[in-house]
Amino acid sequence: MSLVGNLFSSSIGRKFLMAVTGLVLVGFVIGHLVGNLQIFESPDHINGYAAFLHQLGPLLWVARIVLLLCVGLHIWAATVLTLENREARESNGPRSAKKWIRATLASRMVRWTGYVVLAFVLYHLAQFTLGVTGTAHFKENLPRYTMTADYRVAGFPVIKAGAEVLDVHSMVILGFQSPLVSLFYIVAVGLLSLHLLHGLDSFFQTVGWRSAQWSGTLRKIALVFCAAYFLGNLIIPGSVLIGAKGLREGYKAPVTVATNR
Amino acid sequence: MAKLESKVPSGPLADKWRKHKAEIKLVNPANKRKYDIIVVGAGLAGSSAAATLAELGYKVKSFVFHDSPRRAHSIAAQGGINAAKNYQNDGDSVHRLFYDTLKGGDYRSREANVHRLAEVSVNIIDQCAAQGVPFAREYGGLLANRSFGGAQVSRTFYARGQTGQQLLLGAYSALSRMVGAGAVELHTNSEMLDLVLVDGHAKGIIVRDLITGEIQRHAADAVILATGGYGNVFNLSTYARGSNASAIWRAYKRGACLANPCYTQIHPTCIPVSGDYQSKLTLMSESLRNDGRIWVPKKKEDRLKEPGAIAEVDRDYYLERMYPAFGNLCPRDIASRAAKRVCDEGRGVGETGLGVYLDFADAIRRLGENGVRERYGNLFDIYREITAESAYQVPMRIYPAVHYTMGGLWVDYNLMSNIPGLFVLGEANFSDHGANRLGASALMQGLADGYFVIPYTIGDYLASHKPGSRPSPDAPEFMAAEAGVRALNARLLANKTGVPVDHFHKRLGKIMWEHCGMARNAASLRKALQEIPKLREEFWATVKVPGSGATLNQSLERAGRVADFIELGELLCLDALTREESCGGHFREEHQFPDGECKRDDENFAFVSAWEFQGEGKAPLLNKEPLNYEFVKMSVRNYK
Amino acid sequence: MVADNSSTPLSVTLRVWRQAGPDQPGKFVDYPAKDLSPHMSFLEMLDVVNDELTTKGEEPIAFAHDCREGICGTCSCTINGKPHGPGRGVATCQVYMRSFRDGDVIVVEPFQAQPFPVIKDLVTDRSAFDKIMQAGGFITVRAGSAPDANSIPVPKEDADLAMDAAACIGCGACVAACKNASAMLFVAAKVSQLGLFPQGQPERDKRVLAMVGTMDSLGFGNCTNQYECSAACPKTISHDFIARMNRDYLAASFRHAFKPASASTGGAG
Repeated sequence: MSLVGNLFSSSIGRKFLMAVTGLVLVGFVIGHLVGNLQIFESPDHINGYAAFLHQLGPLLWVARIVLLLCVGLHIWAATVLTLENREARESNGPRSAKKWIRATLASRMVRWTGYVVLAFVLYHLAQFTLGVTGTAHFKENLPRYTMTADYRVAGFPVIKAGAEVLDVHSMVILGFQSPLVSLFYIVAVGLLSLHLLHGLDSFFQTVGWRSAQWSGTLRKIALVFCAAYFLGNLIIPGSVLIGAKGLREGYKAPVTVATNR
Repeated sequence: MAKLESKVPSGPLADKWRKHKAEIKLVNPANKRKYDIIVVGAGLAGSSAAATLAELGYKVKSFVFHDSPRRAHSIAAQGGINAAKNYQNDGDSVHRLFYDTLKGGDYRSREANVHRLAEVSVNIIDQCAAQGVPFAREYGGLLANRSFGGAQVSRTFYARGQTGQQLLLGAYSALSRMVGAGAVELHTNSEMLDLVLVDGHAKGIIVRDLITGEIQRHAADAVILATGGYGNVFNLSTYARGSNASAIWRAYKRGACLANPCYTQIHPTCIPVSGDYQSKLTLMSESLRNDGRIWVPKKKEDRLKEPGAIAEVDRDYYLERMYPAFGNLCPRDIASRAAKRVCDEGRGVGETGLGVYLDFADAIRRLGENGVRERYGNLFDIYREITAESAYQVPMRIYPAVHYTMGGLWVDYNLMSNIPGLFVLGEANFSDHGANRLGASALMQGLADGYFVIPYTIGDYLASHKPGSRPSPDAPEFMAAEAGVRALNARLLANKTGVPVDHFHKRLGKIMWEHCGMARNAASLRKALQEIPKLREEFWATVKVPGSGATLNQSLERAGRVADFIELGELLCLDALTREESCGGHFREEHQFPDGECKRDDENFAFVSAWEFQGEGKAPLLNKEPLNYEFVKMSVRNYK
Repeated sequence: MVADNSSTPLSVTLRVWRQAGPDQPGKFVDYPAKDLSPHMSFLEMLDVVNDELTTKGEEPIAFAHDCREGICGTCSCTINGKPHGPGRGVATCQVYMRSFRDGDVIVVEPFQAQPFPVIKDLVTDRSAFDKIMQAGGFITVRAGSAPDANSIPVPKEDADLAMDAAACIGCGACVAACKNASAMLFVAAKVSQLGLFPQGQPERDKRVLAMVGTMDSLGFGNCTNQYECSAACPKTISHDFIARMNRDYLAASFRHAFKPASASTGGAG
């Protein structure tokens, strides 16, 4: 069978696709978190960062398409494998429920955490990228922010001081000031961390880099990573909710009357 | 009267096999595929034979009553496999392995067969290593050896305590390869219930599909039986529950001679019986005797004391005392009888008094607990599973149990029985072990027969039969045999009320063990010969087999096997009664030296007893094949 | 550790799956089993129950068994939801009644997996494992053609690891323990055993591709890396071998795609 055939139709091949796409997505969520944590700096950072990403134009679209493909493949593989797995258990004998011996909670919940994460991603995109929910606080509808300093990437000033950019900083904080939204966000990233706990461990097993010699260490690394990821994500809505992080100085609520452009 | 021609080639001992190979007839490669060969059984001998014959180009049909060839009971052999490789540089040679095996067999085997076995032993190791059998190795990457009972060199190759398993899986992988290549037609869950003879030649078998109950007829140009031994005639043994003698017994009833049935091996190191419900005795590998010391209390009154509470001076390390040269490593029959003797003296340990200690305290002191674990860990685990005791802390309790049968269907040097076209391999034949088999020699014989003997010798028979001359499975002989099998099954299923099969098996086992076990005498054998026919009558009158023959019916399978065991048991006792001497696994109390050793009678009993069926209800006929020792002088075995 | 050695008899209720044939509906049936010695094995207890059933004129419970010492891999009951029952590293035949308490209800089922259809009661058809072996679970070596065994040294560590994998008894507990009925542990054990030997290298890629392909085609599920298989394995074979096989399979797939091949390979043979 050809390589493509093996990857897309064999059990190990599809698991490999699952592992590799999963790893790409892990990379993305790490980057995403690091970017978001800039909210704790001056508004120049996160707003400059957002403006910089938008400025990438076609490159941004390439990244988006790659991510979308990964999500698609990841979900496709999961679906196909799960359907096969169900069928494989259907015997002509008893249909007893499986009793677990040692499978971890994360591994047993992985399909359900996957569903919630998918729902969350859709909501998250709707809220912060597309602005379908809560249009009032969507970045496009907020007053523009004027950069007070250069935003630099690798030392190059990519967004200059004085530039008018979208006010992502205020959008995030306004968004998280709703307890319901924050709570959903916290629960979702919690489940995503659980999803990653099984995913990371599985990645190494599926590509064949896991062994008894270091599986304990790997497990610990995965745990620490997932805990850090969760805390990192928790701190943003958390600090907004408890009021530790408020709107930036000089933020003015938009006038509800339609602006004459 | 059967014609028993051993067909041992002439010439010097060491050249016989080479000469024979050069002289026997061959089948040309293009013709091989025109011959069908049936192989019954898929243990070491059966799997290796089926695979090898298929590699040569024959069309092979392999039959096994298990659900997979990998389950055959060769898988349970623990200790190892002998080979005269002399990798240890300790003086081993083909001749020494030959001599040890012959001597271990108490001079009751054929010289030429044993020598051939020793010769091909070296090829077996090569073959298995190439197959990926994970033999134990030294740090340099070369093969390791251990020593075993009855030898003063280290020539035993092993794979932890699972050598039989690994060798069988090797043979099974070779067989699987040929099944995958379409060269072997594999019939699992298929039990042979009769042999079909056409014009006096073995040309097929009748088989019951154990799942569907279908009775099938299969024709071939030759039939190979590799169906193992008949030790389950004793009910309690180290054999698998399914191990049975039906294939060889039904071949016997078709005229194949059964040789030396009384040569049964009792293994000295098994876990003692714990209750009536017991279905099986578990072996603790003989290799344990390398490091364990066997003892019982010197005084009867100490026998129920905690072993730790018995002082060193109050312990009797009886094997070391009686056989200082070989000590705990003396051959199996000797070690077993010594255990029986000390227990008969009332010094046996455990609740039943039928047990002796196998103590690792010294070994743990010498090697450390981990050292012992490394060598025997899995055996200690098995022991703990069964007895709930840790042998690291208290000595194991062991007792002898039936383990192997040296007797079997009579075969000539070509491994062909007195029925032309019927070949018998492995434990199912009688050929190589005489009256006693040495440890680690069963695996050697099974694989020697399958990989390196039958592929040559079967050609000699087939070459004189035109390709395509085999009969049709619809020939009248096949139809008659099928009808016979159906009638037998119907008879077994007939009783509506009665007693389960196991009940009869247990009773047969008790008769056999009591009267024809480790030690036999004329009076008890006569008693057994009275009791067994009665049991047989009772069996047919009252055995209850529920269900039908048209589905999986384990009671029916067992009933057929037990019916055969009852008959075989009778023949076994008759053979034991007739052999008025002690040799190897056959110990007649009337024939012993004052120190309790076997007293052989070479003048009157240096022959193979080949029993020939004469018809139901008639006494079998005893044929004798004289054992002519051309090269070795028969002497009294001495392990002191 | 000297475990509980008491001889107090116990009585239990067996809840056994009874199914007359592959196409018949099955159901759980309760049978009392009274006054059992704790030293009795689980299968000996079934023997006793079967003898009682036979005497009463009922059909005994069909169950697969043979060697009764944990090596042939024939026995295959799921006891109280776990393949081969309580205890680690044992087969059904090595379960003793001392593992249960007086008054327990013991649920006994056949292994549950689509590729292991029930034949009768507790007996399943596991010939799918044989088919996987036939696809590539071997090293091609004709009898008589092997070089001297010591001409191919094998590092002791590799030989020991291969032996760990080779300990597989082919019982199918790994499949039954897996929520997906995956045969990865069984296949990985054989692939790893042969792949660890120098003798196994020539067919290494071909073997793993063929065995995994056959495994997939027989309807076994996929691995979810939950390691239930190795937890239920009577020989405690490690799921590390699965990782090893994954690597082997992927490497073989990539190599296979890019390695130049002779036009005549696969001809006469």
